[in-house]
Amino acid sequence: MKTISLEIDGQHVQAAEGSSILIAARLNGIYIPTLCYHPRTRQAGKCRMCVVEVKGLPGLQVSCSIQAQDGMAVLTKTEKIIETRKMIVELYLSNGSHNCMSCEAAGKCELQDAAYHLGIEKSVFPVLKKDMPFDVSCPMIIRDMNKCIQCYRCITGCNNIVVNEVLDMGFRGSKMTVVCDTNKPMGKSSCVVCGECVQLCPTGALTEKKTIGRARAWETVRTRTTCPYCGVGCQMYLHVKDNEIIRVTGVEGTEPNYGTLCIKGRFGYDFVHSPERLKTPMLRKNGVLEEASWDEALDYTAARLTDIKQKHGPDSIVGIGCARSTNESNYVMMKFMRAAIGTNNVDHCART
Amino acid sequence: MDEIIFRNKNVPDSQNIEVYSGRGGYSALKKALSQAPDDIITMVERSGLRGRGGAGFPAGAKWRLLTKYRVKTVYLICNADEGEPGTFKDRYVMEFDPHLLLEGMTIAAYATSSHHGFIYIRGEYDWIAKLLVKAIEDAYAKGFIGSNIMGTDYSFYIDVFRGAGSYVCGEETGLIESLEGKAGRPRLKPPFPAAYGLYGEPTVIHNVSTLSYIPFIVQNGAAAYKAIGERMSGGTALFSISGHVNKPGLYEYPMGTSLRDLIYEAAGGIRGGRGLKAVIPGGLSSPVLRSNEIDVKMDYQLLNAAGTMFGSGGIIVLDEDTSIPGIALKAARFFAHESCGQCTPCREGTNMIRHLMERIMTGEGTPQNIEQMLRLCRHIRGSTICAFGVAATLPVEVMIRKFRSEFDAMLPGRPV
Repeated sequence: MKTISLEIDGQHVQAAEGSSILIAARLNGIYIPTLCYHPRTRQAGKCRMCVVEVKGLPGLQVSCSIQAQDGMAVLTKTEKIIETRKMIVELYLSNGSHNCMSCEAAGKCELQDAAYHLGIEKSVFPVLKKDMPFDVSCPMIIRDMNKCIQCYRCITGCNNIVVNEVLDMGFRGSKMTVVCDTNKPMGKSSCVVCGECVQLCPTGALTEKKTIGRARAWETVRTRTTCPYCGVGCQMYLHVKDNEIIRVTGVEGTEPNYGTLCIKGRFGYDFVHSPERLKTPMLRKNGVLEEASWDEALDYTAARLTDIKQKHGPDSIVGIGCARSTNESNYVMMKFMRAAIGTNNVDHCART
Repeated sequence: MDEIIFRNKNVPDSQNIEVYSGRGGYSALKKALSQAPDDIITMVERSGLRGRGGAGFPAGAKWRLLTKYRVKTVYLICNADEGEPGTFKDRYVMEFDPHLLLEGMTIAAYATSSHHGFIYIRGEYDWIAKLLVKAIEDAYAKGFIGSNIMGTDYSFYIDVFRGAGSYVCGEETGLIESLEGKAGRPRLKPPFPAAYGLYGEPTVIHNVSTLSYIPFIVQNGAAAYKAIGERMSGGTALFSISGHVNKPGLYEYPMGTSLRDLIYEAAGGIRGGRGLKAVIPGGLSSPVLRSNEIDVKMDYQLLNAAGTMFGSGGIIVLDEDTSIPGIALKAARFFAHESCGQCTPCREGTNMIRHLMERIMTGEGTPQNIEQMLRLCRHIRGSTICAFGVAATLPVEVMIRKFRSEFDAMLPGRPV
């Protein structure tokens, strides 16, 4: 790829041809605040926080949407720019209900970060409190539209990334708000609860019900793992506090899922801590299930399979592979049935 | 009197195709079809015709941009979403002379190699939409539009699309979104419609009255058009004069006519013999002029030099008894209501200006509130997706700047 060179705040930087000014700046360690930009939903041009001045172009330009050009001179911190950014954050603080005290997003909120970097304690404008009720109809997600900053990230995610086409922007002007289907409660809409919107939300407008009140964002330790549910092998982070999973998020920017998870991977982690979970093999002895060692269980199973095969022939046995296993495990399962047992009776739970 | 748009004014049944063609209508189209499209573009370029929707972009230059896309599908859109407060010129053309518009559209389409045109008409003009559909059907029947127009191999089809009543759908990319069936929210630019417009194809968009000048220019030549009017903006313009005048209405005058003449001669002066306080010269979104600033010629450059703009030619006259803060409140309410809500400065900012203005008008304002409004106006402008940000803030800012004492007088504890 061709490299271009430009000047940002007097600093000579290199960038790949075709990248936006915002990306060119970020890759060179120059901070430009954003609220609506996300690497996966890309430029939206909605929040106007990333405005910069470009020599030769009139007024302010949104750095997320303007391509960096060879020889361009960009300024990111002039008085006009800072004043515009301050106005935007102050307007957000006045027009929404952005109370950080017990907000789940505190510590990972991009509006909070922007206010912090711009040194805004509170808005100078009068507060026009919105009083929209919480939408708690969805079993997993709470929507607090008073904290929504209309960044469109959830909408782009829902429509263009997971393509569930549930969320859209409804109404107009200051009444504009994210709606599910035809403005239904989320729990009564066609939402499949994949939680993509929650992961993309920059503020506390969308939060996970199961997380409420259990840990501040900075109290958890992140552990990367592979989703146990199916063979895709989605990469995810477990956010853990005191050995308990508080939240699960997809790992951004990496294969195979690039941050996206399904309802099971994102919300179906309760089984980890379930007291009913099997921890050892069980063998039924005299009609009662009893704990057994792995050796005991495997020996018993091998003996029984050999026994059945000898008495009734290999076609009396069928093997069902598991959708939660990897392709490799399922291949071994197939090989075992055909080579070791000697039957073609092998199938898969997702097909039966 | 030079009358281009008004040439069929007061002619009985002027919307009838027989009456229109009997008075020389559609002969410009015939003439155009016998010429090369490029020659028509050159002619319109030479005429100096500028867009009458508000921005004043040269029409010929717009067409020239399209020429490099001739191999693609090119769409022509007529912007009939006349929503600027104080403007009612397009309505006259469509209601009383629809064939003038259709003829202009067809010539413009021929010049830009477009075969499909849309008239995006505001939802409130439902009876006019019906008149247009009737006019289009008549023109189809006569072979003036449709397949093989006047026996040539050129075809052009027109559809009428009714908007749902939103000011911002008059913005060209908002209009395109709405025409595509989406919510009317303007697009990020670039790309501009000339490269990426309706359904992603190159698109040319013109206001109704811009298109209605085309037949005259083709019939009489660029020089004849340029000879009317003054300086760089040739031709005539439609002025919708409203407010405190004796004869409010729609007037056609040459470009460069002075604002004073329009108010005192054309519109018969101020109602009730009162004095003049201020004039909004180009629709609500243009900055206000004080009574001592009206000796300005109505021309794009001269109005810009006077700190305002030609806009849509909607002249709103305010007499000495008018409360400017009252007008500012109306403007603020209008723009807060019409903001599409897409980008933050406009969505939150126009709403905040409305709120601050309401506080001031109810006597709860503080001097800080006025400063806050000025701050908002300064920073909303230029940081929004579309020109709505300018339209919503410039008039309010100028009203405060020019009539500060009236705003100060609304604050509690001040002598009125």
